[in-house]
Amino acid sequence: MDAVYEALVKIVGKDHVSNQPEELFIYSWDLGTTEPHRPDYAVSPRTTEEIQKIVQLGNKEKIPIVPLGGGLSLAGLAVPFKGGMLLDLKRMDSIIEVNERARYALVECGVSQGQLTSYLERHYPHLTHSEPGAPPAATIAGNVAIHGQGDLAQPYGFNSDMINGLEVVIPTGEICQFGSCAIGAGWFTLHPLPDVGLFLGWNGTTGIITKVSMRLFPCKKIRGIGQFVVADEELVPEIMYKITHTQMAEDIVAASQAIPPFTSELQHLTINIAADSEKELEFKLEIIFDDTLGEYIREGEGGFLGFIRGLQKPQISKTSDWRKGGGFEYVGSIMPIEKYPACYRRGKEISERHGIPYTVLGRCIGAAHAMMFSWTYAFNRAEPDTIKHAREALHETDDLVLELGGTIWKPGVYGQKLVMERLNANTLNLMGKVKQLLDPNGIMNPGNWEVR
Amino acid sequence: MYALKYDENKCISCSTQDCLIKCQYIDIDKESAKREILKIAHGEDSFVLHDCVTCYACEEYCPSNNHPYYLIVEKQEALDIPPLPRPIIQRGINIGIPFRGEPMIEKINGRALLMGVFSNLIFLIQGKLFEGLPIISTDPRKMFHYFCQLMYLHYARSSVIKERLPKIIKTIAEHQVTEVICFHDECYGTYASYCPAVGIEVPFKPVHLFEYLYNRLQELKNDIRPVKLKVAYQRPCSSRLSPDKHHFVQAIFDLIGAEAVKREYVDENALCCGGTIEGQRREGSRKRAADVQRRNIEDMKNAGAEVCVFNCPACYSTLGKMVARNGIKPVFMSDLCRLAIGENPAGWR
Amino acid sequence: MALADFKYGDTIHRCFRCGYCKFPVNWTDVNACPAYARFRMETYSCGGRLWLTRAWLSDEIAWTDHFAHIMFSCTACKNCEVKCPLRFNVDILNMITAAKGEMVERGMIPSGVKEFLENIQLHGNPYGMAKAKRGEWMEGTGLLLYQGQDYLYYVGCVGSYDTRAQEAAKALGAVMQKAGVSFGTLGKDELCDGNEVHMMGEKGLFEMVAEKNIAQFKKLGVRGIITLSPHAYNAIKNIYPWYGGQFEVLHQTQVLRNLIRDTRLDISKGFNAQVTFHDPCFLGRWNSEYEASRAILRALPGLTLIEMEKNRDSALCCGGGGGNFYIDFLGGSADSPARRRVREAYETGADVLAVACPTCLTMLEDAVKSEELEGKLVVKDISEIVAKACGIAS
Repeated sequence: MDAVYEALVKIVGKDHVSNQPEELFIYSWDLGTTEPHRPDYAVSPRTTEEIQKIVQLGNKEKIPIVPLGGGLSLAGLAVPFKGGMLLDLKRMDSIIEVNERARYALVECGVSQGQLTSYLERHYPHLTHSEPGAPPAATIAGNVAIHGQGDLAQPYGFNSDMINGLEVVIPTGEICQFGSCAIGAGWFTLHPLPDVGLFLGWNGTTGIITKVSMRLFPCKKIRGIGQFVVADEELVPEIMYKITHTQMAEDIVAASQAIPPFTSELQHLTINIAADSEKELEFKLEIIFDDTLGEYIREGEGGFLGFIRGLQKPQISKTSDWRKGGGFEYVGSIMPIEKYPACYRRGKEISERHGIPYTVLGRCIGAAHAMMFSWTYAFNRAEPDTIKHAREALHETDDLVLELGGTIWKPGVYGQKLVMERLNANTLNLMGKVKQLLDPNGIMNPGNWEVR
Repeated sequence: MYALKYDENKCISCSTQDCLIKCQYIDIDKESAKREILKIAHGEDSFVLHDCVTCYACEEYCPSNNHPYYLIVEKQEALDIPPLPRPIIQRGINIGIPFRGEPMIEKINGRALLMGVFSNLIFLIQGKLFEGLPIISTDPRKMFHYFCQLMYLHYARSSVIKERLPKIIKTIAEHQVTEVICFHDECYGTYASYCPAVGIEVPFKPVHLFEYLYNRLQELKNDIRPVKLKVAYQRPCSSRLSPDKHHFVQAIFDLIGAEAVKREYVDENALCCGGTIEGQRREGSRKRAADVQRRNIEDMKNAGAEVCVFNCPACYSTLGKMVARNGIKPVFMSDLCRLAIGENPAGWR
Repeated sequence: MALADFKYGDTIHRCFRCGYCKFPVNWTDVNACPAYARFRMETYSCGGRLWLTRAWLSDEIAWTDHFAHIMFSCTACKNCEVKCPLRFNVDILNMITAAKGEMVERGMIPSGVKEFLENIQLHGNPYGMAKAKRGEWMEGTGLLLYQGQDYLYYVGCVGSYDTRAQEAAKALGAVMQKAGVSFGTLGKDELCDGNEVHMMGEKGLFEMVAEKNIAQFKKLGVRGIITLSPHAYNAIKNIYPWYGGQFEVLHQTQVLRNLIRDTRLDISKGFNAQVTFHDPCFLGRWNSEYEASRAILRALPGLTLIEMEKNRDSALCCGGGGGNFYIDFLGGSADSPARRRVREAYETGADVLAVACPTCLTMLEDAVKSEELEGKLVVKDISEIVAKACGIAS
């Protein structure tokens, strides 16, 4: 093992590789309920070429490689189940280019959400990106790789739908590019060149994304949140459907939680609206809250809680401290929106059985094509019993997702198994072939999508 | 249990019907007004119950202290004609539920300042004006133990007020207070107006914040330097429950050298902040609220106001930013008073 | 000590390692924690330290030199506390300091830290230089010793012993002298203020130092204190009261700002340069004082003030706090916070990087050399800038 350490020192420098117990301890942990597994080395590369050399080393010595971005998926997607080299990619934090006219940003894989948000606010205030609800330390590339969604999900879809190009180090060490960048043009479009689906949703088992070109979107002068509340969860799908029809809103999220009491057994909808003028804002408020949602208000079934100006960006998350416990994990799913009521009721029931105050949320994706529905289970890191309950609730929820006819978003090992059990046999077979082709030595993030 | 002290005969013999005639949101003649108020008194449906925007003003307009507003709210509840949609009512009722443990009760044996559910604004309570004054409800996590509940008048839920208020009063009384200076105007209205109107006993003397400020400023008269500001006062709905204390507004302005600009929407004709109108069920409520707010602020601007003086934190949170966007500085009355005695206002932006 | 006995044993698990602590207030990059900026390993962030501390006290990991290095690389810049979005944020820096203290108690500290503390105990300064030489910087300045004047001018260890920082000490003395301020110093009888000792967790030594200082100040009848360093400002103003020492404390920038405002200084010679200002942690984030220095700089004729992107509460610590100006755990790389900060200053196009702390002065001037920016960027203490504007020769 010493020889590997020396080889890594040669590649990244002494300061950026560690086999010390402290680094190995920290990098063994996912922040959710996944049990820790220690890597043998923690490595922090700065360039694509360094990553390439590390991958070549991994193949030569048959050492597992685990690529880590922000580490905030909470599903244990970057836990070194089989040890090996944990690659902390956050040193690769250059924003390489922002192209105003073509509205894209080319970033290295370690650029964080908060960094990009701040950069755009200061230098390109008329451009914005779809920022997820994760803490700002989450990376752009990591979020894309897991098919994440942000606050522009409605109208623009998954963050993985917003890619113009990728640079990837594949498991055998070659550096590949996908999209217009691959033919030497700018990084402005992915299509119509051959598909990059090989690297999204694969949890790093098919390669390491080193650069991503992300679409940026118009950022209007006034951005804010209109709030609407209903008591009957059955109304949520039709409300989402109707609001998406107006094409006047940005993010649409419905949420319910046991604590504090004023959110309990109510569905609060937040509807983001952007406008460049008071005229535009008033028009959109009128279309959405007076015309479209007016019937619910008049019937007394739905209530308008006002429009608050300003989006808090980066978004603030205090979820982990709800039980004063430093921890939570959630099951994310991609569901048909019509399942919202069932997701809410069943989620409430699972939470109550495990003594966890329920917390659920549904984010509309696209023109109500689907929603990301999440069930969050907070635990107290100092009380193992609560971790056990959270883990059980998470597993039950993974089962629930498939029972209700949805699919698990960014599944951890448990969820991956459930998905693979149901996957079309030929598709599963093909996945195996792809993995074999790309990663013949099986070094990439082992333990994930183990189709063999 | 707690019955509203309403006397039908006073309405029958009333010569003005001011409650509905002076209402800023209803257009009605005297004869119809008498008819409608009596329909309401008899438990019958009336368009007034549907169109009331819950601005509280008729409590002040009534020349006989016959509580027309409290009556309207009770009947809205009785006939299930709430002004707000049901989910908002459920939400509102649950907001008032304290869920973060019991408050610490220190014995005061004297007077104290009650922050109510505005413990977060404790940063305003500093300087000579408040020197040595004990404060109760200082912990935002426990503040709903001190919630006066009167907000539920906007929700047609007198029943919730009557159910919860005795315990709130008991909690305050446990501090062994003789006088309670109410930071929030609505708390004052609760203990000085609502409780007597429905027969709830209050074992302490409520003191209006502005009366306290005025008296304290008199004590500090030598420290006062005229602020020389043109001010407009945002009169909250709850102020209608204590019209006998409203004169302190001008008294304070005179004392500190603030010039109250000549406005249309002032005193009896003041406009509420519109905060609760926005979400009401009645058709066009969102626009109605925006219109009320626009007229209110235009009025301040046209009169040349530099500063908008707030009494109520709810008005402040509804109108504060809007006022600022229109080039007028929002400030709490206590902060303005602090400015007058040479201190740095805590909330000044 | 088990986790249960640790002062913060029942809250330290609340850190979620969400990573906010790595960002500055204005979110520009993830290099706001000086140690994380230097090493970019999760272990070196505040969250990393909290998790490691908990693991150590729960016997999940053993103490090692590397662990101690991680802990003592914390400069106590307070960025983490300011950024942490959770309610327990008021204690997170205290947790790390308490963990350091636990190591000190057990004698499990790196040699550099041991030296630092022993030197203060034996010689009254971390350098281990002779007590007798502490007042030598005053020679030829005409400055007086304290004998009941209005103010005690408290210089501090760095200002007294470091040759570069001595220039700032002299400059401040000269400016105050010119303005007719009534002040005197303690000369060789001055003792370390103990701020770094406190931040390194050595409570016992801090108590000794504080009590000695307080006794000395009281004996001399000191009422008002002007400090050269924000570190001393912080200790005397905020911590000494807990030990019975209540004094009026001003930092030099507050004094200079007042003197200029009250026209007690002729600054007409001005200071012709483009200047950017580095906020010292113990004045800024620790004591919310961001404006005094800026008021001074704006008042000087010919001076153009340019702000760095990371300014005020977003300022990147120079890396000198927590004893690191001596133990130097964050040096030796282009990623060192001091070198990063110098690059940030240089990027503004400024000629001069103004500081208001002798520790920042030495750290950043060394970094200018490492960055090979000598001649292109000059580091000056505000006292030196004001002295120049008053026509006082350096």
